[in-house]
Parts: sequence; structure tokens; C-alpha cells
Amino acid sequence: MVQPERPPIDPDVDLGIARQRAELRVGSTSLLAAIAVGGAVGALARHGLAVALPHPPAGFPWATFAVNVSGCLLIGVLMVLITELWRAPRLVRPFLGVGVLGGYTTFSTYAVEVQQAVAAGAARTALLYLAGTLVAALVAVRLGLTLTRLATGTGRRWSRG
Amino acid sequence: MTVILVALGAALGAPLRYLVDRAMQARCGPAFPWGTLSVNVVGSLVLGVLIGGAAVGAVPGSLVALLGTGLCGALTTYSTFGYETVRLFEDGAHRYALINAGVSVGAALGAAFVGVTVAEAMWS
Repeated sequence: MVQPERPPIDPDVDLGIARQRAELRVGSTSLLAAIAVGGAVGALARHGLAVALPHPPAGFPWATFAVNVSGCLLIGVLMVLITELWRAPRLVRPFLGVGVLGGYTTFSTYAVEVQQAVAAGAARTALLYLAGTLVAALVAVRLGLTLTRLATGTGRRWSRG
Repeated sequence: MTVILVALGAALGAPLRYLVDRAMQARCGPAFPWGTLSVNVVGSLVLGVLIGGAAVGAVPGSLVALLGTGLCGALTTYSTFGYETVRLFEDGAHRYALINAGVSVGAALGAAFVGVTVAEAMWS
């Protein structure tokens, strides 16, 4: 288990944490390459789900909903494992967190799908999707963090000193 | 073909988000997630223009795959946004967490509407 340390606020890169500032001095080529490959993998998974679960303009966008909520659950699990439990090698967070999960989840499709539902005359579906994604995604992050902390016994040691 | 375009766009979008995030933090500090907020709003605006343009036949499907599904999809993120909001809340920055959630959703949605409207005004 790693030393108690405040977990980052920003899972991509948190310049408030000395170890993450130090990553920048090693050079960015391998870092950006890992993020690019991870991003492509994540985006392909999202695209695959969107093709498998199409929805009409007035329908509920289940594919994006599932992508964003599952991605939020996974970032909670991942961040506890690689920042609170185990000090992961340099490229693990950039590849999995910034790349794969960042490429998998999307805010732009979410926002445009709400607009499309409104334009198609399905204001109720649009509002339900807008609020439902936000609530489910935040609950999923919290659940991912809490369950992984419980399972690994990491707790919240950094706040207790 | 679509699959290759999506992968290519995402291979650009994900590092771009990381670089914007890093630059915004260096400028504004790590207390509030300005970087994620900016990429989410800009990505929603661009995707709005692309989808609005595609609806009137002005933007080809291959460009939507490359720049929309790929680039904007990977540039924007729900996982980073969600994690930041929950971590701000956990650390006692309740107001920042609420502001981040409200402003991100509101501004990205506004940007999507503006994007689609701009596309319709330009191309129809």
C-alpha cells in the first residue's frame, strides 16, 4: 500500500501533486503516445456500442448513457487502485485513465443528443436523459471509489493524517 | 473505414485534452477543473456544428466520424468530469463541486445548441 497521500482532483493530471509534476520532466512523447493509443481504444469501444444500440432522434440514447455511467464507475475503481493502493508505473494512468476512459466517455455526444431530442420534440426524454446521466454518473464514480476502498481496505487514510 | 477514422480522430483528441488540461492548470491552478470544463464546452460546440451540418447534407459522414465521434468524443470526457466533481465534494469543496456540475452541463448544452444553430444558419 502506498503512503497516505491526497488523491488527485483531476485524474488526467493534477499539478497540485508533486509526483505528477515530476512526470512532466521525463518528456512527453511516450506519455502522449500512450494517451493517443488509449484514446483510440476507448473511442472504438464507444463507437461499437453506439452501432450496436442505435436510437431514434426522439428516443433515449441508451448507448451513450451506458458508456458514460460505466466509464465513471471504472474511473472510480481505477483511481483508487493506482493512486491510493498501488503506485502505478508512469504510463498506466495516462493510458487507462486519460486515454481509454477519456476516449470511451464523452460529453459532446451527451450534449448534442439532448439538443437532438429537444429538436425532435421529445423534451421530456431530453430532460430525463440530461438529469439521469448526471445523477447516475456521479453515483457511479462514488460507488467505484467507495467499493474499491472497502474491498482493498484503503479507506480515507489521507484525511485522517 | 469509419472505424479507422474514429480511431484516428480519438488518437488526436485524447492527447489534446491532456495538453489543454495541463496548460489550464498551469495558468489557473488545480483548485477548479477549468481544463475539463473548457474541452467539454468546446467539443460540444464543434460536435453541434458537425451534426447540424450533417443534417442538412453539408458535412459528409466520414468527417463526422473523424472529427465528431473520434476527435470531439475523445477530447470531451464524462469520466474525468465525474471523478473531479466527486473528489471536490469529498475534499469539502461542496460549492465548487456543485458549480462544476451545473456549469459543465449548462455550458456544454448551450454550446451544442449554438453549434447546431450556427450550422443551420451557415448551410441551409
